[in-house]
Amino acid sequence: MTDLNTLKIAEARDALRKGDVTSAELTEACLTAIEGAGQLNAFVHDTSEIARAQAAAADERIKAGDAPAMCGIPLGIKDLFCTKGVPSQAASNILGGFKPEYESTVTQNLFDAGAVMLGKLNMDEFAMGSSNETSCYGNAVNPWRRGNDETALTPGGSSGGSASAVSADLCLAATGTDTGGSIRQPAAFTGITGIKPTYGRCSRWGIVAFASSLDQAGPMTKDVRDAAIMLEAMCSYDPKDSTSMDIAVPDFEAMLTGDIKGKVIGIPKEYQMEGMPEEIQKLWDEGKAMLKAAGAEIRDISLPHTKYALPAYYVIAPAEASSNLARYDGVRYGHRAKLAQGDGITEMYEKTRAEGFGHEVQRRVMVGTYVLSAGFYDAYYNRARRVRALIKKDFDDVFAAGVDAILTPATPSAAFGLGEMTEADPVAMYLNDVFTVTVNLAGLPGIALPTGMNAQGLPLGLQLIGRPWEEGDLLNTAYALEQAAGFVSKPSKWW
Amino acid sequence: MSIDTATAAKVAKLARIKVEEDQLPALAEEFNTILGFIEQLNEVDVEGVEPMTSVTPQRLKRREDVVTEGDQQDKILANAPDAREGFFAVPKVVE
Repeated sequence: MTDLNTLKIAEARDALRKGDVTSAELTEACLTAIEGAGQLNAFVHDTSEIARAQAAAADERIKAGDAPAMCGIPLGIKDLFCTKGVPSQAASNILGGFKPEYESTVTQNLFDAGAVMLGKLNMDEFAMGSSNETSCYGNAVNPWRRGNDETALTPGGSSGGSASAVSADLCLAATGTDTGGSIRQPAAFTGITGIKPTYGRCSRWGIVAFASSLDQAGPMTKDVRDAAIMLEAMCSYDPKDSTSMDIAVPDFEAMLTGDIKGKVIGIPKEYQMEGMPEEIQKLWDEGKAMLKAAGAEIRDISLPHTKYALPAYYVIAPAEASSNLARYDGVRYGHRAKLAQGDGITEMYEKTRAEGFGHEVQRRVMVGTYVLSAGFYDAYYNRARRVRALIKKDFDDVFAAGVDAILTPATPSAAFGLGEMTEADPVAMYLNDVFTVTVNLAGLPGIALPTGMNAQGLPLGLQLIGRPWEEGDLLNTAYALEQAAGFVSKPSKWW
Repeated sequence: MSIDTATAAKVAKLARIKVEEDQLPALAEEFNTILGFIEQLNEVDVEGVEPMTSVTPQRLKRREDVVTEGDQQDKILANAPDAREGFFAVPKVVE
């Protein structure tokens, strides 16, 4: 039998149900793999005791014949999710020592389905970053390397630990969250699959908030089928999240037929960025050809406001972050700075936030404060929200014209080296999200999946964007693309 | 629009983040880079476009205005850096 930690969710589910394997065995295999992968710095909080107890309970449940698909499946959980009694600090020092008294709705849904939590995963601080370099735990490392070159590469961000862990087979799958591309970009950098569902599909309750109108949770998995299975388990209507949508969650896996005959796939000309690397262009062209060969109609489309998505995002996301992160004041949870004689409450706030927040988080909170401040609110924040309405209308128009899904590259490049972007200005890092951020602004579902490799042997991913609430159809198109691409490569183990 | 060190200091104050005097010029420069990037939005004709408030057209659900999960003082204070006698404790607020 293959190493159990390398199994996919669907394979493990079938083996568990047949009695060929137990959740306890799967869990031990993953815990062993995690123990040997310290160099990847993917797991940052150990919950092996909880995992073993959950695995034992799952095995009982499977024996009793009451086993949902996720029952007994060992997962990694991004540190952004509040997990009861377990450190949940969004990779920030300001939440040092914080152990929530409650469980996030998404993790509760997974646990109710019998899933096993192996540990908490590394990420960018408060999910602000595209390389996992802003984490208080240090960098997570990509298991992929450029051939024999030992340069440590980023797994992407913000869900960098999730991507690294799934790609290196430390867990069967992981949770991620995506505000501007934080599931899809790391998935593309590590050769795995990641889907951000429609805004409102997954409850945000208990997920540390970054930009509330953009944040969505989603699964990061080894293939499209697993994404369908796990997404279904994560989704629910939740009265505790006022933007959660009260609609039924379909059986996404049952919708994977691979038949996309007659589907219309839009190719947006505005995603043809100047200076796009040849390997990305080639990957995109190959993707078009694969979908066409599968019977889809490829149609050139225009999303005219694409260029303005990133600037709008860098007003809206910091504005919401400055408001959301106001709660970290050293009073109710987490870090409080040591005060000098005579310091009052304002000094407590200022010192606590200066010590607790990292540089990128401070910068974004202050940019958000500025764009919301008196005299600039209309010029920046309201203008960005107007542009956001136009970006959404671009998508509404193409969907109304009969487009079923949109194919784009997931990222402008393959994974880059850790530290390579340190000297660049912040905007250069922000450009990583150029293909993904429009999807958050428009609240649409988007999936990234690996379809090829570059000349250095690094995985490259494409993105498919779907109609709102039609994740099932989107997953099916992704499934057809996955079948055609036949990407099966794995990083060679060096850690 | 260019941000000087005085504006950077004002923003830091509003955000309640202590920034040392000697860090202000670098901070102002970073703000200017980011705001320069954002300036592109001025090219867009937004005449007559309503600012988006919700990406999904939905009316927020209402509920009865009653306590749903009350009586959890211990849990609420469990993570406080300084809790005393059932309250959050902070430095002196009123002179």
